Amino acid sequence: MTSTDRILADFIRAAPLLPGAGVAWLTRARQAGLERFAQTGFPTPRDEEWKYTSVASIEKRSFTPLPNGAHAAPPELNALAFPHFPGHCVVFVNGRYSPALSAVGLLPPGVALESVADTLERAPDALEPLFAADNRETVFGALNTAFMADGLYLYLPRATTIEEPIHLYFVVTNKNAAIHPRNVIVAEEGARATVVEHYAGTHGVAYLTNAVTRIFAGEQAAVDHYKLQQEALQAFHVAGIHATQDRGSRLWSHSISLGAEIARNDISTTFDAEGCEATLNGLYLARGRQHVDHHTRIDHAKPGGTSREYYRGLLDGASRGVFNGKVIVHPQAQRTDARQLNHNLLLSKDAEVDTKPQLEIYADDVKCTHGATVGQLDDAQLLYLRSRGVDEAVARSLLVYAFARDVIERIRVGALRSRLEEMLLARLPQGERVRALA
Amino acid sequence: MLEVRNLQVSVEGKAILRGIDLAVNAGEVHAIMGPNGSGKSTLAQVLAGRESFTVTGGGVRYLSRDLLAMAPEERAREGVFLAFQYPVEVPGVSNVYLLKAAINSLRKHRGLPELDAIEFLGLVREKMTLMDMADEMIYRSVNEGFSGGEKKRNEILQMAVLEPKLAILDETDSGLDIDALKVVARGINALRSAERAIILVTHYQRILNYVAPDFVHVLSQGRIVRSGPRELALELEQRGYGWLEEAAPTSPLGASAK
Amino acid sequence: MTTTATRLDELLRRDYPHGFVTNLEADSLARGLNEDIIGLISARKREPQFMLEWRLKAFRHWLTMTEPGWASVRHPPIDYQDIVYYSAPKSGKDGPKSLDEVDPELLRMYEKLGVPLQERERLAGVAVDAVLDSVSVGTTFKAKLAELGIVFCSFSEAVHEHPELVQKYLGSVVPYTDNFYATLNSAVFSDGSFCYIPPGVRCPMELSTYFRINAKDTGQFERTLIIADEGAYVSYLEGCTAPVRDENQLHAAVVELIALDNARIKYSTVQNWYPGDQEGKGGIYNFVTKRGDCRGANSHISWTQVETGSAITWKYPSCILRGDNSVGEFYSVALTNHHQQADTGTKMIHIGRNTRSTILSKGISAGHGSNAYRGLVKVLKSAAGARNYTQCDSLLLGDQCRAHTFPYIEVKNATAKVEHEASTARIGEDQLFYCMQRGLSAEDAVSMIVNGFCKEVFKELPMEFAVEAQKLLGVNLEGSIG
Repeated sequence: MTSTDRILADFIRAAPLLPGAGVAWLTRARQAGLERFAQTGFPTPRDEEWKYTSVASIEKRSFTPLPNGAHAAPPELNALAFPHFPGHCVVFVNGRYSPALSAVGLLPPGVALESVADTLERAPDALEPLFAADNRETVFGALNTAFMADGLYLYLPRATTIEEPIHLYFVVTNKNAAIHPRNVIVAEEGARATVVEHYAGTHGVAYLTNAVTRIFAGEQAAVDHYKLQQEALQAFHVAGIHATQDRGSRLWSHSISLGAEIARNDISTTFDAEGCEATLNGLYLARGRQHVDHHTRIDHAKPGGTSREYYRGLLDGASRGVFNGKVIVHPQAQRTDARQLNHNLLLSKDAEVDTKPQLEIYADDVKCTHGATVGQLDDAQLLYLRSRGVDEAVARSLLVYAFARDVIERIRVGALRSRLEEMLLARLPQGERVRALA
Repeated sequence: MLEVRNLQVSVEGKAILRGIDLAVNAGEVHAIMGPNGSGKSTLAQVLAGRESFTVTGGGVRYLSRDLLAMAPEERAREGVFLAFQYPVEVPGVSNVYLLKAAINSLRKHRGLPELDAIEFLGLVREKMTLMDMADEMIYRSVNEGFSGGEKKRNEILQMAVLEPKLAILDETDSGLDIDALKVVARGINALRSAERAIILVTHYQRILNYVAPDFVHVLSQGRIVRSGPRELALELEQRGYGWLEEAAPTSPLGASAK
Repeated sequence: MTTTATRLDELLRRDYPHGFVTNLEADSLARGLNEDIIGLISARKREPQFMLEWRLKAFRHWLTMTEPGWASVRHPPIDYQDIVYYSAPKSGKDGPKSLDEVDPELLRMYEKLGVPLQERERLAGVAVDAVLDSVSVGTTFKAKLAELGIVFCSFSEAVHEHPELVQKYLGSVVPYTDNFYATLNSAVFSDGSFCYIPPGVRCPMELSTYFRINAKDTGQFERTLIIADEGAYVSYLEGCTAPVRDENQLHAAVVELIALDNARIKYSTVQNWYPGDQEGKGGIYNFVTKRGDCRGANSHISWTQVETGSAITWKYPSCILRGDNSVGEFYSVALTNHHQQADTGTKMIHIGRNTRSTILSKGISAGHGSNAYRGLVKVLKSAAGARNYTQCDSLLLGDQCRAHTFPYIEVKNATAKVEHEASTARIGEDQLFYCMQRGLSAEDAVSMIVNGFCKEVFKELPMEFAVEAQKLLGVNLEGSIG
């Protein structure tokens, strides 16, 4: 049985159990997603977009979709202490919403903050336009459409602000599970919200998370989006985050990648009207045999857009980091200002980096730059710190910490920022010494 | 305190220092002068432990120990301080961070308890006042975005906080306007003491108007070609380095080459 | 500055100046490609058996290949059976024995192109091998160079005179299986230049090849092989032109450079094949494979290219940095105007320890031109201490043009340091206004700014070429200002 046949069989089994099974448009969308997958199967390194990331190990395992999730939280879940963050908290266990573990506070009138599965059962038609196929999606995105079972549906009416961050926890405890979360965030004109997606799983368990998040930012809306990927080290994480921005809207996307054996992120935004702004911020830390890949894409489709991109990677052990940053300036997109930076530190002799910043420009009144570096800690900086009496090991940790902080400092959710700093320090060989200095 | 004997140093096979002899005692201020390319900065950096230089002969003893065998941080903890000619920028590491790391590693080495936050900030603020530095400077990344003058002042601030036994100042005066020069000189003079030695590496005599040296040595083509009292610097100012390069090397104090 | 500006101003008004056709009687093979044609090419050149075998191996391999589709260039399908693969001027059946035997009509043509085929005092600094359509028609200063042991001759001659060198090095940098166009070239290449610099010899003059396509419907497939033995040095120049024709013509060349221990090769190109007209009709498809192998320790290969011609340029002069401490450089100016397309860049493959590479690429897009930089910096595990610095800048003139940057950076050694910077911007209106306010015409101002933008690359060119390159930019920017 080929992997494609297996997925088709999975679909036949799962389809009747998936939410919204009787909804015609959704059935069509799921089938279209499946067909797209069937046409190409899993990508191979011959595919330019997957040149440096082989998903053969995902393909050869038979991860099983869990259309029902695990409604009752398994007993071991209580032991998984959620880090406590102030704000609204929505928990998904094995891909399905867990009301018992979630805690949502008071919300402004008109706001919808609910489980996608519930919405698909209750009032599916509101979601139809938000589930339209998107040409930025990878084959994994198509698979997600076929199998998605749950996720967050957030709707913010005009001029609504949710002050507290909304934290989504996706926790997987089932061995060999494939979960396909789908989140949809709609911010109408002038609305503002902060959403943190946090992915984790039971230590030692292998599973696949294949998530898709769609963000629609209306005129002058502001969305601050975070993804903290802390999957189990045996897990596989594939995520697509695709935003569409209206006039004058602002998007911040932060992708922090720490866990998983293979992590692949496709993060994109399209400036669909004038004067949009986007900042894509990312940090990837990998060690052992971890493989982490970020593909970003910014489409300056309309004039006067500004984009900034800051991605940094720390690669230790025999890990491999991949960055592919695409900026496309379309023919009408005059007065575009785009900047992109990707810096990588190789901390061990077996670590590898492949980086490909990429500019495609079809307009003339533009200012675009990109830069990429791969290297080690700077000898002159090390000498400077040592000549002031700092131990070499501490000096190294201090410089690594400083390198990563450049990204962490752009995180605007204070609790998340401090937690990340803690986690970073905990990973550094001389973290305690560095912490004592702070 | 410091005894340099026939020190020979090369970079990528090219000889830069061709036999330096120099003795510096506690309480003394030595000025090392010389034209560009004479090897002044090389000498300063070799003493601080830069690894890109190869010592091909001779040796350096510091407080009866083999200085060249010590790691850069070990030298720092034993009281050797180099004020860099081009202080490197360290993005993301704040000044206050670096100072705290440095002072506590020194104190630990000396068997002293670490300073708590209040004591530490008190000490740093006091020294910053001496250096005419704004408070916010210590929260900025080390040297990042600093002007040339700010970088040099920052070096002297670090020196004032760390209180070294042997301070080597590598062209700390270059690129400073007269007011900044005076501030830097004030910082240096405040550190003059009977227990401390200072080596001023400089191209110009100007700073010596504010920091009076006990001895002046002239370096040319990797050798000390002349040593003398403070007046030698004034003579150099008037007659230029060309005068010395023409003249045969002499050694009125017996502290020069050969 | 004033004189330059005035000269550029004149040039801006000129058409492609090399577009004339010379009537030369030609010995051409029939259109199409099969083993018989390859046999005929080999027979015409009275090649030894090893050459024919090599060609046939390449041809058989080529039949299994398809054209690469990854470059950002577009063109109608090429009918490889509708090309004449061999055409040579008839005069002097076996090729001229000396320059005195060269057809005077031919000499006049080169004179008109400004390429000296006479060993005159004034041009004593440059030795020229002239390649017309499929064959080399003459090489100057051969005798003088031979005194130093330098071999500089046509490829055909090298096959006869120095078969051991040809057999040893041919295909050792670009194997016959390399890529679609290089494999085609391996099967059908008809001539080119060959150069060998013996150990320790510093070649006293610039060596140069001048390529000219004259015959209609002819493809040009030349092959250049340059070997710098231990401690040798050579600077090599290459220039190209073709007549104005409405049909597209294919040029698929291969250049192989080999630098042994401590050797240095500097290879400069000013490529000015016919670019097609303002509507994008006609022009040369320039699909070229150029690669240098820094085989020895401390060897050094530098590529400098000024690409102003051709309808399509597909070319990535590369360096394999095999020897420890070897150095690779790539300096490029690529200009696309009207409907020209360029997809060009380089590959730096770091294998040896402490290998260093520098890439400096300047792309200028005007009109409907499309200009892509595509580069690969690859640091293998063995390349401890490798360094690369890359800068690629694009300048945009007009709102219909395109500029793309596709850098690939692959690092497998943690002691390597790789830096890449790129920028894209249009000519600033304030810059233009400033110049015009000082009395320059818009064209002068643009030429001045463009030349300034390219200065870092031009300074890598030998003197004679730098002037030529500046002129070319002036000519090719014609009509780019609204």
